[in-house]
Amino acid sequence: MKPREMLVTGLAACVALFTALPLLWMVSASFMQPGEAAHAPPPLLPSSPTLANYAQLFRNYGIGTYLFNSLVISTLATLLALIFTVPAGYALAKLRFSGRVTIQWMLVVAILVPGQIGMLPLFLELKFLGLVNSYAGVLVPWLAGIFGIFLVRQYCLAIPQEMIEAARLDGASEFAILRHIILPTLAPILVTLALFVFLGCWNDFLWPLIILSDQDLYTLPVALAAFSREHAEDLEVMMAGSVITTLPVLLLFLVLQRFYLDGLLSGSVKQ
Amino acid sequence: MIVPQRAAETRAGWLMSAPALAAIFLFFLVPAFASLFLSLTDFDIYALADLRNLRFIGLRNYADLLHNPLFWNAFLNSARYVLFGTPLVVGMSFAAALLINHRYLRWRPVWRVILFAPYVTTLVATAVVWRYLFNTEYGLVNWMLGWVALGPIDWLGSPTASTPAILLFVAWKTFGYNMIIFLAALQLVPRELDEAARLDGAGRIGRLRHVILPAVAPAFLLVTVLTIASMFQLFAEPYVMTEGGPAQSTVTILYFMYEEGFKWWNLGSGAAVAVLLFLCICAVTLVELLLVRRNLR
Repeated sequence: MKPREMLVTGLAACVALFTALPLLWMVSASFMQPGEAAHAPPPLLPSSPTLANYAQLFRNYGIGTYLFNSLVISTLATLLALIFTVPAGYALAKLRFSGRVTIQWMLVVAILVPGQIGMLPLFLELKFLGLVNSYAGVLVPWLAGIFGIFLVRQYCLAIPQEMIEAARLDGASEFAILRHIILPTLAPILVTLALFVFLGCWNDFLWPLIILSDQDLYTLPVALAAFSREHAEDLEVMMAGSVITTLPVLLLFLVLQRFYLDGLLSGSVKQ
Repeated sequence: MIVPQRAAETRAGWLMSAPALAAIFLFFLVPAFASLFLSLTDFDIYALADLRNLRFIGLRNYADLLHNPLFWNAFLNSARYVLFGTPLVVGMSFAAALLINHRYLRWRPVWRVILFAPYVTTLVATAVVWRYLFNTEYGLVNWMLGWVALGPIDWLGSPTASTPAILLFVAWKTFGYNMIIFLAALQLVPRELDEAARLDGAGRIGRLRHVILPAVAPAFLLVTVLTIASMFQLFAEPYVMTEGGPAQSTVTILYFMYEEGFKWWNLGSGAAVAVLLFLCICAVTLVELLLVRRNLR
């Protein structure tokens, strides 16, 4: 390595270390003995690593329930979002039908409106529908994913029209074309969209906090926020809880990072 | 042949987009517009029990809010986050992008993914972690400040330090996302142009100003608009790290809306806060677009 390369790469390594430090410390402190982390200067590694904090979370805090809730809700949100947004994105890109241009303009305007604006009326609406304090109530906002529609539409625009015309000449119905010809070519963007929704739903806090009042239905972030208000002094247990909450999505991102970053770019260029 | 084809396409087009459009209408557009209506009523816990207690009160919610010092406190706190947080995040993101884009950098993908990672972590979980990092006696932040003989600072316990503390956390959490947008823009800078400027003896600053900045100007606009909007929408950060304290110093507009709506059940007043928040975001974004357009001319 040339000296210049060493200098630049060394600088990047330092920045990366500082960026990763909070996450590394979280993992390290989650294995410490009770009370060990609360010392000055702060210990960086556990003196005798223990799994007791994790055991306590599952035994006394019932974190298994919240983990289960988060898994079920995020998986359902992902499936529903795909079912709702993919056909719409394809139709807006490739099918000529009256009203299409109007719909697109309305969606462009709507994507600029932050979701929190309608949060209180949405709560009342779901209360009226009897969906407050249920999985369904948490899932509802994920059905209305405008960003996903645009992401799919963007990707569909690149599909050659001849492919569709050829299938039509063979007598395939419009839905058969979507299922057997379009969907396979969309595979990469479907992974991207699924990843976005899963991570977004898993990390979401304000909406589940509002819509869920029954503790047994809490997702991990809602439960963790409640723990950290009640048991702030149990630092090591809170770190283990943070690990359980964030490690699944962090690993998922690391494994599928190419899909995530590609999608982020095509999405932001669009905006 | 052509006519039935068009009919089939129209039918399929509507059938395929109908579920998504219905969901967007029901769960996004209707609530957004209903906020406007709700903000003109005195919807409270009594109306929640029985809709006959609901009354139309015109703009009184807005008038009350504008006379409420707690609302102004929340508004000014959010304005502070926008004013100080936006340059911090945009600056950090651009610096990180320049570093990752540097032509002498080795193992680029590794550094890129590490710097991006905080963005995908769960906000609540990392806020809990940072709450301990900011601990006055045994937090990592004060320990490091100790190396350069600074502090200790009571980050989350003093009204003056709580804002910088939350902004530091927000910057750490989000700079990776904006860095990716900047990186995409930097890739569009023509290498030949940069090389030519270098051969012509242009210094580092000169190249940054005349070659790189013009190319990434649209990315700056995008990142700034996105960051301002997100700075207006801070909620989980104060909820987890400070519970709005100390002395209300970290209550944001959204936090105020949450408490107004779901702690005190003043849903009419809460909806008015939501409408005002939306107007703030619109206004700032519009002003920025106008400024940019004037500068381009």
